[in-house]
Amino acid sequence: MTCTAEGVAAALRAAAEVVAKHRAELIELDRAIGDGDHGENMNRGFTAIVAALDAGAPDTPAAVVKLAATTLISKVGGAAGPLYGTAFLRASVKLGDASEMDTATLVEALRAALEGVQARGKAVGGDATMVDALLPAVSAAQTAAEGGGDVAAVLTAAADAADRGAESTVDLVPRKGRASYLGERAVGHMDPGARSTALLLRAFAEAAR
Amino acid sequence: MTVGLVLVSHSAKLAEGLAELAAQMAPDVKIVPAGGLPGGEIGTDYDEVVAATQRADSGDGVVLLYDLGSAQMTAELAVESLEGGVAAVVADGPLVEGAIAAAVAAQAGADRAGVAEAAGSAGLPEDLFPAKPGEGGESADLVLHNEVGLHARPAAVLVRSLAAFDAEVSVRLGEQEADAHSVLALMSLGARQGDRIQVRARGPQAGDALAKVTELVNGNFGE
Repeated sequence: MTCTAEGVAAALRAAAEVVAKHRAELIELDRAIGDGDHGENMNRGFTAIVAALDAGAPDTPAAVVKLAATTLISKVGGAAGPLYGTAFLRASVKLGDASEMDTATLVEALRAALEGVQARGKAVGGDATMVDALLPAVSAAQTAAEGGGDVAAVLTAAADAADRGAESTVDLVPRKGRASYLGERAVGHMDPGARSTALLLRAFAEAAR
Repeated sequence: MTVGLVLVSHSAKLAEGLAELAAQMAPDVKIVPAGGLPGGEIGTDYDEVVAATQRADSGDGVVLLYDLGSAQMTAELAVESLEGGVAAVVADGPLVEGAIAAAVAAQAGADRAGVAEAAGSAGLPEDLFPAKPGEGGESADLVLHNEVGLHARPAAVLVRSLAAFDAEVSVRLGEQEADAHSVLALMSLGARQGDRIQVRARGPQAGDALAKVTELVNGNFGE
């Protein structure tokens, strides 16, 4: 099973709904260890993505993802804007100009997104950032794809792993971003970026079913 | 033409104030502040940073400086996605000291790498600025008569003037010696009106460099 431009656009619309629903939760998570704007910023970004898609969705998966990237970069701000923007931008490059995306390409795109986030934010696993959700998600996606899973199965595996990864940030001492200024005092709080990454992957997985 | 500067900050006031300060020492350098969000809130705006970078370029490229974490990401992303042949680089360094050092380097005609390096080394502790000449060379004892001594503007004037000469120059006040090619090192001497400084120069144009410093000190740096 593959995924078309329409499929990618539908996944982004689903993500926008999820982000809107979890806006307050992300604000709360960020308020505990950061500046409290993550929920608002993500909601603004994904609302803008939906508006851009309404105005005319491009006809390849890569072009849709790139539209999302440039919108996030311009609208989200904070650290999440450049990080998610870079992730979507790098993913779109991997998708090439094919009209449909297969699972192998999907895994490559997810890996490119992870590498983009790491290059931009200089974070590694265990720093209590979105990398802690994305890193296990990419491995799980690869395993699922190699086992012959379809797009929905690959994304579900990624979302499951991202959930566990986000959960793991509760016990970590943040070493990147504003939460790192809190040090030990941030232990006990889930990283809002890891949480939003897990939410996005779950929304993509549900949309692919 | 010189390398242009973009100051990326979470705060519009911080970026604007710093641009004003740096411009005092580098009147010919295009220094563009890019601070805050369009609505005036705290944050960094990608579109504004891209636009500022394009405005700052007058052909020799642009160096961007930033304040905190996400400003660095925004600046790097802007540089990566620039179109239209603007050559730009993000410099690591403390924003305030780095901007001053970069502005003075750009004013003196340094290229993009030189300006970025000036910004990057601005935050290093003083003992990492070894005064190169040490012993030997020619020297002159001078008394500072200008009102502010070797403060920011006179120090910048001195560094700028020396860029034209092939000479290593240092300034000594009491037990302390500073590289005369670094504004921050000169300022850290804290030389005031009435202080006697020893200027030492070495290299092919040591004599000319010394004469230039003497002229500047005796002329009160044009104050």
